[in-house]
Amino acid sequence: MIMREKLLYLLSLVAGVLIVWNLYGIFVTVPDEKLQGAVYRIMFFHIPAAVTAGVACGFALAGSVLYLVTRNLTYDALAASVTEVGVTFGFVNLITGMIWARPIWGVWWAWDARLTSMLISLLAYTGYLMLRTAIDDPTTRARICAVMSIFTFPGVIITWKSIEWWRTQHPGPVFQARGGGGFAPEMLQILMLNMLALILFATVLTIIRLRQVETQRELEGLRREAHAI
Amino acid sequence: MNFFRQSLTIAAKDLRSEFRTKETLNATISFSIVILLLFSFAFEPTEEEARVLSGGLLWLVFAFAGVLILNRGFARDLPNDCLDALIASPISGPALFFGKTIANFTLLLAVEFICVPVFGIFYDVPWTLQFWPIVTVTVLASWGLCVVGTAFSAMTVNLRLRELMLPMLVYPLMMPSMLAAIKLTGVLVMGQPVSGDLFQWLKLLIGFDVIYTALALALVDIILVG
Repeated sequence: MIMREKLLYLLSLVAGVLIVWNLYGIFVTVPDEKLQGAVYRIMFFHIPAAVTAGVACGFALAGSVLYLVTRNLTYDALAASVTEVGVTFGFVNLITGMIWARPIWGVWWAWDARLTSMLISLLAYTGYLMLRTAIDDPTTRARICAVMSIFTFPGVIITWKSIEWWRTQHPGPVFQARGGGGFAPEMLQILMLNMLALILFATVLTIIRLRQVETQRELEGLRREAHAI
Repeated sequence: MNFFRQSLTIAAKDLRSEFRTKETLNATISFSIVILLLFSFAFEPTEEEARVLSGGLLWLVFAFAGVLILNRGFARDLPNDCLDALIASPISGPALFFGKTIANFTLLLAVEFICVPVFGIFYDVPWTLQFWPIVTVTVLASWGLCVVGTAFSAMTVNLRLRELMLPMLVYPLMMPSMLAAIKLTGVLVMGQPVSGDLFQWLKLLIGFDVIYTALALALVDIILVG
């Protein structure tokens, strides 16, 4: 087994063990919240999923810029893979948020700035993924999609800052670093551990997808070569 | 020839070509009026309801009309390989893009100039109470739509599903600017001034225009040339 393969299995193992460990902490160790009861526990997935999606968008931006600078198609493959994973985690964030909102707000969805901007960003990144399927030539696809990814990124900033810029139904910042009230230490510890677990899990998914995208590009190249012959 | 003269030359070429055939302009104006009619049949709003709905209604019409105009932005130059000739000509990519944006912006403003009074007549809404603020908001939001739309029009010009891809890519990106325009237009049509929280939306509108104009000008060479 080559080194890269071993690293991938190790990362998967660490992410898996960490998620199981955190699940025990979330359902058994931490107490119910004073006002919300048990349902607040979904936050231990809702917030880490949002952070993971945000980090993924950052990597997609970096991959796109690096592609435009170096014209190395691996960076384009990285941007594509990490966007797919980021969009998945973004939808996890939205769906867990809706499940939380139903008992707490009494509605599944509210058109406030945070929810709306998150949905819009996800739609924009879904557009990026659809644009990839509409362009056949790999270098044109990489170039146009890199530009699209750069255009889409300001939406992520708007989503991130929306709870500070507008009065939203969505809770304001909770981390102390962003001026929020902070968490009880045992809750913060589990939250951070689960954030790490989901980021590791997203990394594993991105690496697997990256290899698939690169293999797909190689196959497309070989097919074109065969047609030329 | 400096940047602005080059841009104005391109804009004048596009506008001249459009005013000779009037194919986009006629289709867009008719389409916008049809949507305004459809809304009145669908909701039968009273004067008060029409005022409340005005922001959303007008900007939906402008967004649909805008995409019709933007779809033709670069596609107009596809026959006879004119686009390749333009790219190869001694004119910079940003100037070419800026010129096309100005042309699209002018056409969109022309459509809006007709649609807003028609909206006022059909729905019996006195929309001129805050005339200059409405003009400012319309100009700012239309520029944002045209800048993003022209960039994406260049990106999608060679795609098979161009007409489908352009709105699908542009609308989500336009949402912050559209939301701001809808909020502000709704309040201004009601006759109220921009104040308090609304300045946040105005700032968003201006920020959107500045950021996306800068991004588009910086990236347009990559889109057009590679």
